[in-house]
Amino acid sequence: MHEMSIARNMIDIIKDEMRRHNARVLRSVHVNIGRFSSIVPEALSFCFEIMTKDTDIAGARLVIDIIPLMCRCVSCDKEFEITDYSFLCPFCGGMKVDTISGQELSVVDIEVD
Amino acid sequence: MKITVVRDILEANERIARQNREIFDENHLLVINLMSAPGSGKTILLERSIDALKNEIRMGIIEGDIQSSRDAERVARKGVPAVQINTGSACHLDGNMIRDTFKDFDFRSLQLLVVENVGNLVCPAEFNIGEDYKIMMLSVTEGDDKPAKYPLMFRISKVLLINKIDLLPYVDCSIERIEEESKKINPDLTIFRISCKTGEGLNDWYSWLRDQVKNKKK
Repeated sequence: MHEMSIARNMIDIIKDEMRRHNARVLRSVHVNIGRFSSIVPEALSFCFEIMTKDTDIAGARLVIDIIPLMCRCVSCDKEFEITDYSFLCPFCGGMKVDTISGQELSVVDIEVD
Repeated sequence: MKITVVRDILEANERIARQNREIFDENHLLVINLMSAPGSGKTILLERSIDALKNEIRMGIIEGDIQSSRDAERVARKGVPAVQINTGSACHLDGNMIRDTFKDFDFRSLQLLVVENVGNLVCPAEFNIGEDYKIMMLSVTEGDDKPAKYPLMFRISKVLLINKIDLLPYVDCSIERIEEESKKINPDLTIFRISCKTGEGLNDWYSWLRDQVKNKKK
């Protein structure tokens, strides 16, 4: 639902990087979206397309990587993926787990001319 | 040519949220970001809390809604400074919108600022505003499957207020299931069962709030 604000922020970052590197054409954008963020990738692609349409960065390819929700148990130090949003260590049952990845919302790289 | 960027898409908001937080901290002002789905009872919780605490805690309220100033009018009637933010179409408040209200408050004279976010269990979870704590509310009429459906909100919240417990006899909702599933997502979550209608359970919430205001003063 808030993919429009996310797309707007993405475009600000892309334009800023293009300015700094004197780039004129945007070929593609690579973003990381954590599984535990509340972003719907299709909605983000749609918003990005709409917001760049008829601008000087129109037509760029948006590549979205979904990053799994990974945690590390504070007690036994083992790492594991969480798929059911139950933040329990599957090895020792520990309830204190730190999130290592899965909440990303970042522009990783861009391809420009 | 490939340019390595690696920048947080929400970096601009994070920066403003940090600046807001510095201002709140300088003023020893406790700031709470209150979130829930529409109709869970956020505004009546504020009305109740103001009635109970306004003689001991000096508080201000920011109301976030897509449209209308009804909520700010409701809480202002209780005699506390209240500012309405209308987001227009945005489904959440962000750091910048909060910063824009600073001119309307005298923070030095306040101890507690409660921000009632736009009713929504998804988007507000992604946007920090500089708050000390995120507090979420879930009413029993919404169903006990909500932790599983909106895990991020439960994971990042400090407190879960389960409201409308007076309606439990009339709805198919297991409060134990809400608590059990919430704790799996966030073992550190503090949970209060409350009814803003009857007042049941609210004293525990007030005590928690008093303690946090006290801690922030130090």
